[in-house]
Amino acid sequence: MFTTDLALAAPQLILAGAALALLVVGAFLPRPDRVVGFGAMAALAVATFAAATGPTGLAFQGALVADAASVFAQVVIYLSSLVAIPLGQGWFARRGIRLFEFPVLILLAALGMGMMAGAGDLLSLYIGVELQSLALYVLAALQRDDAKASEAGLKYFVLGALSSGLLLYGASLVYGFSGAIRFDAIAAAVQGQAGTGVLFGLVFMICGLAFKVSAAPFHMWTPDVYEGAPTPVVAYFAGAPKLAAMLLFARVLAEAFPEAIPQWRQVLVLIALASVAVGALAGLAQTNLKRLWAYSSIANVGYAILGLAAGTAEGIQAMLVFMALYSVSVMGFFACLSALSRNGQPLETLGDMAGLFRQRPWLSLSLTIFALSGLGLPPFAGFWGKFYVFKAAVNAGDPILLWAAVAALVGSVIAAFYYLRLVKVMWLDPAPGPTDEPPVEAGIIAISAAAFTFPVVLALMPAIDGYARAAAAALGLG
Amino acid sequence: MIIGLAHYLAVAAILFTIGVFGIFVNRKNIIVILMSVELILLAVNINFVAFSSYLHNVIGQIFAMFILTVAAAEAAVGLAILVTFFRNRGDIAVDDASVMKG
Repeated sequence: MFTTDLALAAPQLILAGAALALLVVGAFLPRPDRVVGFGAMAALAVATFAAATGPTGLAFQGALVADAASVFAQVVIYLSSLVAIPLGQGWFARRGIRLFEFPVLILLAALGMGMMAGAGDLLSLYIGVELQSLALYVLAALQRDDAKASEAGLKYFVLGALSSGLLLYGASLVYGFSGAIRFDAIAAAVQGQAGTGVLFGLVFMICGLAFKVSAAPFHMWTPDVYEGAPTPVVAYFAGAPKLAAMLLFARVLAEAFPEAIPQWRQVLVLIALASVAVGALAGLAQTNLKRLWAYSSIANVGYAILGLAAGTAEGIQAMLVFMALYSVSVMGFFACLSALSRNGQPLETLGDMAGLFRQRPWLSLSLTIFALSGLGLPPFAGFWGKFYVFKAAVNAGDPILLWAAVAALVGSVIAAFYYLRLVKVMWLDPAPGPTDEPPVEAGIIAISAAAFTFPVVLALMPAIDGYARAAAAALGLG
Repeated sequence: MIIGLAHYLAVAAILFTIGVFGIFVNRKNIIVILMSVELILLAVNINFVAFSSYLHNVIGQIFAMFILTVAAAEAAVGLAILVTFFRNRGDIAVDDASVMKG
C-alpha cells in the first residue's frame, strides 16, 4: 500500500529530494550556481517524465491525487520551471548575482505547484499553496540591493499572506460545517444542500484563490509585483503558478461542491467580468510594459474563470487549454523583455520599444506575435484559448453566461487598443538609438515561445485538446 | 453560562476581522502587518480546534499543527524580505512602500 502511494507521489518526491540535495551541494561547492542549475533542470526533466508516465490513483488516503488533470498541469508546470532556470540564471549572472538558491527556489515552487495540481484535500491544498507562495515571495525579492524588487517582494508577501488567511478561514468553515477535509467527502457530506456555513466558507476560499490567480477585485498586488520583480522571475510566475491555482480552483469547485453550481457560478461570473473590465480599462493608461502585461494577465485570468464558471467538463477543458497556451505566450513575452536593453538599461516602457523592428527583427516579430495572441487574433494561440472559453460559456445554456461572454468579448475589443499600440510603436515609430546585443538563452526561449504561439500550436492543438478533455473528465463534472 | 461552539467561532471571527483591518487600516509600520497576518492564522486555528472538539474529529487539530508550522515559516520569510526592504530604504513605514504606483 505504502509503495503504491510513493509511486503515485513520485514526481513530487523527486522534486523534494532534489531540492534538499541541491541545497546541500550548493552549500559545499566553491562555485555552485552552474552545477545546481543543471541538477535542478535534470530533476525537473525526470519529474516531468515521471508525471507523464506514472500510475494514476489516490495516494495517502486521498490527500494526493494523480489523475489526468494533475498530470496535464504538472507537465506544463515542470516544463516552464525547466525553462525558467537558464532564463533567470543568465539574467542574474549578467548583473553579477550568482546565487545557487535561484534554481533551488524554482524547484521548491514547482514542488508546491505540483502539490496544488494533485491536492485531494484541504490540508494538501494549503501546504501546496504555501510552499509555492513562500518560494515565489523570495524569488520576487531575490535581487537584494534593488529597492523596487524588495518592495515588490514585500507587497507580494503581505497580500499573499492575507489571501492564504482568507483561504484558510474558508477551509476551516468548510471543515467545521461538513466534518471532512477530503474533497469527495465534503461533497458527500453536503449532499446538494449546502448550508450557510459551508457556502460562507466556500466564498472565503474563492476569494483566497482569486487572490492567488490575481483576478479582480483581488488583483491590486499584480501590477506592482510585476513591475518591481526581476523580469525572468515575472516570466516564471505569470504563467505556471496561475495554471496550478486555476486547476486547484476547478478541483475544489468540481469535486467538493459539484451540486452548488448555481451558487458559485454567480460569484465566478462576477469575478470574471470584473477582471476582464479591470484588465482592459486600466491597461489603456499604462506605459510600462511589465505593468501593461500585468493588467493583460488580469484580463486573461478573467477569461479562464469564465470557462470555469460554465460548470461543465467542457468549461474546465476550455480553462485548461486557455491557461496552458497563455502560460507559454506570457513566458515568451517576458523572456523578450529580459533580452532587450539599450546601453545596459532594460527596455521596459512603450517608448523604449520604438523602431525595434529595424534593430531586432526576430525579437520584435516575437513581441508582435505575443501581442496579437493576447488580442485573440486567429490563428494565434490566444485565439484558440478564447475560442474554447466562449464556446463553453455559450454551450452551458445559462443566459447569465451568454451575456457574460458577450461582455467579455467587448472587453477584449477594448484591450485590442493597447496590444495594437505596442505593435504600431515597434514597427512604425523612429528608434531613439541602437539596442544591445540580446543574450543567447533569452533570445532562444523568446523565439521558441513565439514559434509555439504561431504556427506550432496549430499542429499541437489536437493533442492539447485531447489531453485537456481527459483532464477535465477526471474532475467529474457532467 | 456554558461556553459552546458559537462562542469560539465568534472569538475567531472577531480576531480574523481585527487581523484583516490591521492590514488595511494600519498606516504606520510593516511589523504591525506581520502581526496582523499572525492574528489571522491564529483565528483560523481557534476555528479548527473548536470544530475539532465539537465534531470529535481529530483532523482539525492536525490541521492546526500544520498551520502553526507554516505560520512560523511564513514569518521567517516575511521578516527576511522586510530586512532587505529596510536595507534599501532605511525605514519600514507603510507609506514608504510606494515607489511603484498606477
